[in-house]
Amino acid sequence: MTTDLAWIDKALIAARPQAVAALLRYFRDLELAEEAFQEACLKALAAWPRNGPPRDPAAWLIFVGRNAALDAKRRDRRLAALPDEDAISDLDDVEGDLVERLDQAGYRDDILRLLFVCCHPDLPSTQQIALALRVVSGLAVRQIARAFLVSESAMEQRITRAKARVAKAGTPFETPSAIERAERLTAVSAMIYLVFNEGYSAGEATNEARTALCDEAIRLARLLMKLFPAEPELMGLSALMLLQHSRAAARFDAEGGVVLLEEQDRALWDRRMIAEGLALIEKAMRRRAPGPYQIQSAIAALHAQAASGSDTDWRGIDQLYATLERMQPSPVVTLNRAVAAAKLAGPEAGLALIEPLADKLSGYFYYFGVRGVFLKQANRFAEARVAFDRAIALANSPAEAAHIRMHLDQLTSEAAPQ
Amino acid sequence: MLYALLCYHYEDVVTSWTKEEDDACMARLDVVHEKIARQGKLGPAARLMPTTAATTLRKDSDPPLVIDGPFAETKEQLLGFYVVDCASLDEALEIARDLGRANPGGSYEIRPVSLFKPGALPT
Repeated sequence: MTTDLAWIDKALIAARPQAVAALLRYFRDLELAEEAFQEACLKALAAWPRNGPPRDPAAWLIFVGRNAALDAKRRDRRLAALPDEDAISDLDDVEGDLVERLDQAGYRDDILRLLFVCCHPDLPSTQQIALALRVVSGLAVRQIARAFLVSESAMEQRITRAKARVAKAGTPFETPSAIERAERLTAVSAMIYLVFNEGYSAGEATNEARTALCDEAIRLARLLMKLFPAEPELMGLSALMLLQHSRAAARFDAEGGVVLLEEQDRALWDRRMIAEGLALIEKAMRRRAPGPYQIQSAIAALHAQAASGSDTDWRGIDQLYATLERMQPSPVVTLNRAVAAAKLAGPEAGLALIEPLADKLSGYFYYFGVRGVFLKQANRFAEARVAFDRAIALANSPAEAAHIRMHLDQLTSEAAPQ
Repeated sequence: MLYALLCYHYEDVVTSWTKEEDDACMARLDVVHEKIARQGKLGPAARLMPTTAATTLRKDSDPPLVIDGPFAETKEQLLGFYVVDCASLDEALEIARDLGRANPGGSYEIRPVSLFKPGALPT
């Protein structure tokens, strides 16, 4: 039997989080766990095309990776080697036993731990993201560097520094209590959303390495959901990311310019992702334990279900943002609510809501962008120009700046004498 | 004789496909779908959402218990099914082999159908 190499590659990627996580628990050393996994992958590439894939790729990789690392240690001590992977790869029951032991040892805590290691509070968010992509997702340093638009060596350094910091901090290996587990889930969810936003942030329409981060974040969330199937916030997070990512093909025009949600060609939205997102929200809501991700996904769902921009349920969105504000007060949430409020009651209503945010958001591109739009709609062109000028200065990407410049051009033509 | 082809696959692998890889696989499958449809052997077929979207109703308690997630934790997951009309098991296996070449990895369980109601849902 032959096995497709591309298929093996995918199977190795898919098995990686579980395998590295189990090896981390076994060796209590991230570096060693990664090396053992790497070794197991090499052996898989040699053995699987000959023997066919094992019934449980992750268990095979854990078993072989652990043996390879032990083997290396034993070789050092001139002891007898363990049987090689050809001898064990057909022994389903050996792997079966191993998996059962893994289950009993709670491999879901293993994977959660591996993810949790990456979101150590000492690490700045960019390092958390890079570490997770390298260690958990197994992305090549080159790929991660491309996504962050830095050189490979700079990214290599960043990841090395992050690993050193994690090693110094020490990894908690005791089984977490229910409260600790919940805290880890919250931290890990936030980290996954960081990964997603790194890929989603506007302005890099053509960078495929970057949009791949969105797929990766969704994959990590699915992985967590499988381990913790009854967590409504995980369902909410997954739904939120699916619904946002469903718009990927419509968010930029052919020249790489930003296309605002309301002006997007909805035929380009990915219906399959939307359907899955909506199904997850429906499941989450049955649990009657709302949380910030669920609320945000519900907002995204109202957008996804609207046939057109003008057809959007702005009242529902306004109410959901108000709920989110109470749950998780933040000037950015208020800014978003102001957009809905302006749709319902006019630009002055929006302006009234964002006026108190001026200090807190004085360095925030979107604040000045939104303010400019409100002022423009209220025919306060001179003030709008000031806001847009400020937004351009704060733009995070050429695409954002170009979008604001379009507003400024419109101002010039509208303000011109008739 | 009607046979159900139950499509089991490593979900972690399938959900890590890029959109391009997924589209390519569906395009390869569509060629086979058309072939068996032309032969008048293709009945209803469905691709299922990931098991993370699943909810299970356990009827062995009263009232039945609603559980998040799929019915069973398996190494390969039920990701879709076909109903095909074949003269023999061999013929059904031949179709499964054809589909398998278009979508390698995983397994098809071929199960004879004992009661069939085609329903009347619009596609």
